[in-house]
Amino acid sequence: MKVIKTLALGAGLAGLLLSTAHAEGLQGKVIGFSQIGSESGWRAAETSVTKQVAAERGVDLKFADAQQKQENQIKAIRGFIAQGVDAILVAPVVATGWEEVLTEAKEASIPVVLLDRGIEGPEDLYLTSVASDQVKEGRVAGEWLVGTVGDQTCNIVELQGTVGSSPAINRKQGFEEAIAGHANLSIIRSQTGDFTRSKGKEVMEGFLKAEGGGANICAVYAHNDDMAVGAIQAIKDAGLKPGSDILVVSIDAVPDIFSAMVAGEANATVELTPNMAGPAFDALQAYWDTGAEPEKFIITESKLYTPADDPQGEYDRRKGLGY
Amino acid sequence: MTRPTVDLRPTTQPPFPRPRPLATFFTRPQVIALAAVLFVNWLLFPGFFSVTWQDGRFFGSLIDVLNRGAPVAILAIGMTMVIATKGVDLSVGAVMAISGATAATLVTSGIPAPIAVAAALGTGLLCGLWNGILVTLLEIQPIIATLVLMVAGRGLAQLITEGYIVTFSDPLLIFIGTGSFLGFPMPVIIAATLMIAATLSVRRTALGLLIEAVGVNRSAARFAGLKAGALLLIVYSFAGFCAAVSGLIVAGDIRGADANNAGLWLELDAILAVVIGGTSLMGGRFSIPMAVLGAMIIQAMNTGILISGFSPQFNLVVKSAVIIVILVLQSPLSARLFRRLPGAPK
Repeated sequence: MKVIKTLALGAGLAGLLLSTAHAEGLQGKVIGFSQIGSESGWRAAETSVTKQVAAERGVDLKFADAQQKQENQIKAIRGFIAQGVDAILVAPVVATGWEEVLTEAKEASIPVVLLDRGIEGPEDLYLTSVASDQVKEGRVAGEWLVGTVGDQTCNIVELQGTVGSSPAINRKQGFEEAIAGHANLSIIRSQTGDFTRSKGKEVMEGFLKAEGGGANICAVYAHNDDMAVGAIQAIKDAGLKPGSDILVVSIDAVPDIFSAMVAGEANATVELTPNMAGPAFDALQAYWDTGAEPEKFIITESKLYTPADDPQGEYDRRKGLGY
Repeated sequence: MTRPTVDLRPTTQPPFPRPRPLATFFTRPQVIALAAVLFVNWLLFPGFFSVTWQDGRFFGSLIDVLNRGAPVAILAIGMTMVIATKGVDLSVGAVMAISGATAATLVTSGIPAPIAVAAALGTGLLCGLWNGILVTLLEIQPIIATLVLMVAGRGLAQLITEGYIVTFSDPLLIFIGTGSFLGFPMPVIIAATLMIAATLSVRRTALGLLIEAVGVNRSAARFAGLKAGALLLIVYSFAGFCAAVSGLIVAGDIRGADANNAGLWLELDAILAVVIGGTSLMGGRFSIPMAVLGAMIIQAMNTGILISGFSPQFNLVVKSAVIIVILVLQSPLSARLFRRLPGAPK
């Protein structure tokens, strides 16, 4: 025990000494980033934002695209260890099978930060993880609707994500939590739109037919913006005005939902920020500066955007990011 | 030395079905299945059959079934011919994505829409031709040959769109996906036109007979003087063309090309539609209108599930249960039982 304490004290002192050397932040640090691949627009945006943030902070980012394969990620991490990088960021493609390679990183004293997805296994294998709280995203969307409709009766139709996927389960749960206790709000129909535009449109068409041509529907809640964009088209095809006849609230904050907001066709979206690297760099910097272990789970902000938040500006800011 | 003798007398079984009178059309298992699915939809949602006139077009759940079923129906038209040659084309979903991506990328970079549409259709033809070459010249089994493009094709589409959903506002492309003609949605008009054209060209010429001959026995067909290779190239190219048409519709519908999701798994729906339509995966006898009907059965089921209010966890279970019932209805056993029914064709 005594040895460990002495070591810890030593490490702390070393950290203090080092902190003076790193007064300019992460300048000159070499950080490896093993990305899953380009599975979605959001993922592409996460990659470009990470590169942007790294450039702003003077980090030399080594980027490796795993093309959705864990073995590629493991190879990339081993490569980073061999190159002797200062830290490693990983967006793990699956939750299991990381013990061996992360132990290697630990033995090489390279801190690992997980981005946007967790892993199974001992928590001491990584420094921290940065992710969004999907339940909270749903809750923020629900709270917006509760605040917007006030005392009016509101029948909601829900476009769920892929059946069984964690964002679909959690975003549903959060939204239901938010509207629970408000008897005037109820979800009257809920179906999966598989997170895609075309299915979102098709499902919304069905809902509109089944609910008196849309007369009974007050709002649509979509688990992602793409389905909302599809639903908006279906509402227009049915001769109604999305955004006023039927309120549209969704999650993700991709550029196209902002152009819908500019046109007055979408009412609110909750951001799933692609900037997971910013908090990760902050945690690394704090760790190197003070030696303090950051929290194991860093939760990113789930910010609400409405047409009052300069949708045109948000669109312009995001459209180059790769969504 | 004796020489092998060839019996040139007509066999007892006719090589292809004679045209049947319309009355027997209604006793076919596919028609009964479609009627049953529509009936259940009506029970679940009494307004199912109500069709109104709105903004210069028909509007209603029944129209939705036709409209949403059109992409798979178009795939099924091409797929029927491929399956009739004892092949299969797994790449059609990916070709849809390529076609949509091509058209969307071209119009957003300022190329006139008719050229973009032609390029997308041409790309589809080329993809089909590629499959045909693998199957005929390299003699790779169709399931493997087309698997190549199924996997690589989606990657190609992603390369074309660079991973973005490429959105466009070109009126022609949007018209293909969401416009209407004579009150019907364009996808329905396109599917019906393709179905009639394809059916006429295989049944009013010898083409259908030749395709069946290749499907039943490719070597025998070749020895009989048939250019089996050329025929296969045509058939696979046509399937690619149909997939490209579907891809344009799907892209026009959402005003964007989504390389990750456009046409995803639709090859399986198309194969299912063909099989429900009564065409055997062993090749030979085929029917294009029945395959289109099969696509409509699948879509009627999908639409029914959407408006039924079941929770989405049941979607696949309900769908597979219905499909099993339909396939059992078509099995030789139930066909024998059917013949015993009074009024059924003998």
